[in-house]
Amino acid sequence: MVVRENFQTQLDDLKNSIVELGKLAEKALRDSIQVLNFQDFDLALEIIENDQRINHLEEEINDTAILLIAKQAPVASDLRKIISAIKISSDVERMADFAVNIAKSTIRIGKTERIKPLEEIAIMADLAIQMLSDAITAYYNEDVVLAKRLADIDDQVDEMYGKTIHELLTIMTKNTELVPQITQLSFICRYIERTADHATNIAESVIYLVKGKRYGLNE
Amino acid sequence: MEITINRKPLDKVTESENEGRQAVHSIKLEQANTTEELPAVFKINELNLWYGQDHALKDIQFTIPEKQVTAIIGPSGCGKSTFIKTLNRMVEMVPSVRMSGEILYRGRNIFDSKYNVEELRTEVGMVFQRPNPFPKSIYENIAYGPKIHGIKNKKVLDEVVEKSLRQAAIWDEVKDRLHENAVGLSGGQQQRLCIARCLAVEPDVILMDEPTSALDPISTLKVEELIQELKKNYSIVIVTHNMQQAARISDKTAFFLNGEVIEFRDTGTLFSTPSDKRTEDYITGRFG
Repeated sequence: MVVRENFQTQLDDLKNSIVELGKLAEKALRDSIQVLNFQDFDLALEIIENDQRINHLEEEINDTAILLIAKQAPVASDLRKIISAIKISSDVERMADFAVNIAKSTIRIGKTERIKPLEEIAIMADLAIQMLSDAITAYYNEDVVLAKRLADIDDQVDEMYGKTIHELLTIMTKNTELVPQITQLSFICRYIERTADHATNIAESVIYLVKGKRYGLNE
Repeated sequence: MEITINRKPLDKVTESENEGRQAVHSIKLEQANTTEELPAVFKINELNLWYGQDHALKDIQFTIPEKQVTAIIGPSGCGKSTFIKTLNRMVEMVPSVRMSGEILYRGRNIFDSKYNVEELRTEVGMVFQRPNPFPKSIYENIAYGPKIHGIKNKKVLDEVVEKSLRQAAIWDEVKDRLHENAVGLSGGQQQRLCIARCLAVEPDVILMDEPTSALDPISTLKVEELIQELKKNYSIVIVTHNMQQAARISDKTAFFLNGEVIEFRDTGTLFSTPSDKRTEDYITGRFG
């Protein structure tokens, strides 16, 4: 007999819920970039609606985690698994909120002709989404090497963010009629950059989960 | 619009190459992990113990700090009770026992032939698993030890009885029935009475061998509170089967397995990030 089989099953379920949450958030973010690129406002509304499901799943994860703490008195790696689940679900939920923000900003921009740096934004978004995917993979496999690698991609995203914002502001000073669009695009860049930061937070939680030590990957 | 993705190839980053980013603040508990700075009550050096052919304690080596609660945990038969009984030489009552190594109490080897066992047991008191009050009055239970040590003055004895019962957090419950038989007390009260009896001879160290395993949860919490209070003035070593109890009340924890000390460290660290896989398996209940 495996001792504490029931508890282990509950811990596994918690882990699988995080993976599911990660997939939902990843889809929301991919969709939000579709919305941005193709001005697909129906898809935008879908993202906003689907966010409720993500919020509920995060609440469920937190409820399960609290019950496990209350009923199972977890210690050591069991406790770290539960605390990591709470922290990671919070990061993922926030990332899904950024997808909603991107969708809303795109609606605000409306059906207008887009300016050039859009491609840069798409590349940056792709990196951030890949970071989320890698972070969840690192979490699932308890892969510290993959988790630490995210810090490097985050540096790339930060660099691209700086350049893109600079480019957008340069365009804005010459074309004042583009102020509303560029303001929203700047927000979108910020949401993507923050998405990457939250992926890095997840990576930190993964390292804490595995090693019991804190690492500052965002510094 | 066609989007081209030019993701830069990532350098192959190995874990060790990436060390530069790490350990911004590796857990502060680590710093509290050494007992070296605290004065020691017991220093155990290469202690081995056999019951006949059975090697019950193997190369035990660690230091028990002063005015701290040191918990001994481990599965049944791991040697934890045997170990605690060596600290006041009670283990010698078992006929087939052989020992090697040394235990220094306040710097003196307690196995030294010149060491007075009665003196040791006055300094190192013990509380057992089942409350064992004498079938006498509450007052006599407490006054017994001091009387044996030659205190005859009624006023002094009264003071010792009150002080001991107060320290053991049972005074208010028994002050009006001091001359009733102690056997009439509840299990939890009896155990606190036994702790008071132990305190009456003003020991330096209190050994507790599963002191709450026969008590109900509320009595258990009262004894736990009492232990926290007592560590201000006494050094306490407690054997417990209840891991949560060790986590709640102790400063240091030693994990015993098959007669060996697998891990001895700060309780917070042991229960959050144990360094040995066997400790992890035991405290998370994945044993066997």
